[in-house]
Amino acid sequence: MISALLVMAGIAIVLGAVLGFAAIKFRVEGNPLVDKIDAVLPQTQCGQCGFPGCKPYATAIAAEEADINCCPPGGEEGIRKLAELLNKEFKPFGDNAKPKPKAVAYIDENTCIGCTLCIQACPVDAIVGAAKQMHTIIAADCTGCELCLAPCPVDCIAMNPIEETLSVWKWKYPVYALSPTP
Amino acid sequence: MTQLYHFHGGVHPPTHKALSVRSPIATPPLPSKLVIPFHQHVGSMAKPLVQAGDYVFKGQLIGMPEDGLSSAIHASTSGTIAEIGMQVVAHASGLPDLCATLIPDGKEAWVVREQRNPITLPIDEIRHILRLAGIVGLGGAVFPSDAKLRGGKHHVRTIVLNGAECEPYITCDDMLMRQRARDIVRGGDIIRRVLGADEVLIGIEDNKPQAIAMMQEACVDRSSMRVIAVPTLYPGGGAKQLIRVLTGIEVAAGVRSTDKGVQCFNVATAYSIYRAVAFSEPLLSRIVTVTGNVHKPQNFEVLIGTPVDELVAWAGGKPDTTHHIMGGPMMGVPLPNDQVSVVKACNCIIAASDALFPPAPPAMPCIRCTRCAEVCPQELQPQDLYWFAKSKNFGKAQEFHLFDCIECGACSYVCPSHIPLVQYYRFAKSEIWARDNDKKAADQARERHEFREYRIEREKQEKADKLAAKEKAALAAKPAASDDAQQKIQAALAVAKQQAVTPKNVSDLTPQQQAEIADIEARRANNQARAQSDAGT
Ligand code: SF4
Ligand code: SF4
Ligand code: SF4
Ligand code: SF4
Repeated sequence: MISALLVMAGIAIVLGAVLGFAAIKFRVEGNPLVDKIDAVLPQTQCGQCGFPGCKPYATAIAAEEADINCCPPGGEEGIRKLAELLNKEFKPFGDNAKPKPKAVAYIDENTCIGCTLCIQACPVDAIVGAAKQMHTIIAADCTGCELCLAPCPVDCIAMNPIEETLSVWKWKYPVYALSPTP
Repeated sequence: MTQLYHFHGGVHPPTHKALSVRSPIATPPLPSKLVIPFHQHVGSMAKPLVQAGDYVFKGQLIGMPEDGLSSAIHASTSGTIAEIGMQVVAHASGLPDLCATLIPDGKEAWVVREQRNPITLPIDEIRHILRLAGIVGLGGAVFPSDAKLRGGKHHVRTIVLNGAECEPYITCDDMLMRQRARDIVRGGDIIRRVLGADEVLIGIEDNKPQAIAMMQEACVDRSSMRVIAVPTLYPGGGAKQLIRVLTGIEVAAGVRSTDKGVQCFNVATAYSIYRAVAFSEPLLSRIVTVTGNVHKPQNFEVLIGTPVDELVAWAGGKPDTTHHIMGGPMMGVPLPNDQVSVVKACNCIIAASDALFPPAPPAMPCIRCTRCAEVCPQELQPQDLYWFAKSKNFGKAQEFHLFDCIECGACSYVCPSHIPLVQYYRFAKSEIWARDNDKKAADQARERHEFREYRIEREKQEKADKLAAKEKAALAAKPAASDDAQQKIQAALAVAKQQAVTPKNVSDLTPQQQAEIADIEARRANNQARAQSDAGT
């Protein structure tokens, strides 16, 4: 009887030690849920969700402080992904948050006065230029967040919608209607 | 007798091939204009070398291949470039792409050509010649041949020359093999030499006895080359299927056939390779079958860039034609209009009419009869793929090997519910590609954003440190300042000190942090280089 108890206690101690060790050794840095949510967000960093970037919004969602339908750049697809990830109901966009077609910013280089204000606004450093020099946008890095539009004192930045080209063209969903079975 | 293997499934659609093999390959007159797209191949677009108004010779390079996977574009005849601009191209999307419009002057004045001996030419030079000659796979994949001839890390033992031509209506390879067997075989010699392969197997479906006879005759004096008749069974001309039938080797998805020691080339590609290497003839024309709703179905040697409507007119297009199909009825795509031009990928133009291709009856729900699975040459479960693609469950579709699907259309062909299955697969594939790209863009944006946050934090810190140092210096220089000022400075100093207590500056970092910073800097430099090169193109 005693020996059985001792054996059980021994096993419990060993397992406890293993678990304790594992908890220290394999500890996950940061909040895994926030990272998972952040991975689904489009990283436009536009702030349309009311948070200063995607990560803060992800943090707010994880803390149940924000709804899942606040990110227009993610589209309905994004809401669906969040709903799936968090086991929630799909929720359509509100009236004031409608997704727009994707666009990239374009600086009219003749008008630009080189004030550097847009550089300071761009969340992904997609604008290059120096004081009193013409600025330009690295289109490949621009997320289309529109944050550079407002600061520009001479309104020389425009958003150009990304046009469908052969390289990004997608096959459409087949439009064949299923006929009802007789 | 060689042992042949089988692939799973397959179907026997009516071939309709007899229509277009009654007369030999014809050369049509010069068209009124040639519209030559700069992007006719897998890889990046060729860079235009000419401008509107330039005079070009036949065979002149007008599109330079970009670095990496790309191919060259040439003027198909001599004449004047009328325009470089966006025009609708032969593609299912109906979208425009950059094209050169060439008005022929009727002289067919060639650039300087030279004759070379393919047996003695250095192998590197052969690849270079093919790249600049714009040679791409003519079976429809338009993959640059020079890249295919670079071989992999595995030795290629067997070359398969694909003359199966399993798709209904199409006879361009059949006629090419009947009429130009010798040059095809010589092309096979070049491929074998470049890849250092042991044998060349030429697979031809047994419904082309004349082509088989001509090819056999052409390679009778070559011990390393064999013509093998394979059973007629659609899609036996798929590269994977033909390799399977001839060698028994199974090429799984994502695995290149070279890793298994086999490489497959279309017979028309082999022909073009020979012409390019031996006579410096770039890929200016290809054999195109014009058939279907026309008076005189036959094969033409068509200049790249010839408008489809002019081509069909030479074959006697009938007025009740509704649209044109590029490729065959199983895998082809409807052309957006008949003004688009013939490109390197275009092996066949079928004039479609309601009589030939009655509109498909409306699709009915899937009854899970699994007839599609029985015929699928890739041993997939098309009914499941259909279900996942339809419900946009792309992860599941990938799990069920969507990307193994070769879009052969055998499943749609047998489906009793007339479901356009392949369209669902194409839709799902392009959606998945688009998502992958979005994901990459998002990851890049996240990285850049995180780095920016870090940089701002660091700059703030540096500023505070600098300020503190300055104040300190000022204090040391002016010890006899008034009490009031002294106090203020003291206060500022205290604040600065407090800030400096927890320095996040680069000066006080653990090696690990240092490494992290170096890592981010490197990634950033990388990103910038990439963005710049993107912007430069
Ligand atoms: S709204 Fe903008 S900042 Fe907010 S999560 Fe979406 S992309 Fe990110
Ligand atoms: S360039 Fe303008 S629109 Fe583009 S990411 Fe930067 S701030 Fe946003
Ligand atoms: S053949 Fe058509 S109906 Fe039958 S299982 Fe396949 S998709 Fe469904
Ligand atoms: S189209 Fe794809 S799924 Fe259908 S039979 Fe061909 S390989 Fe199989």
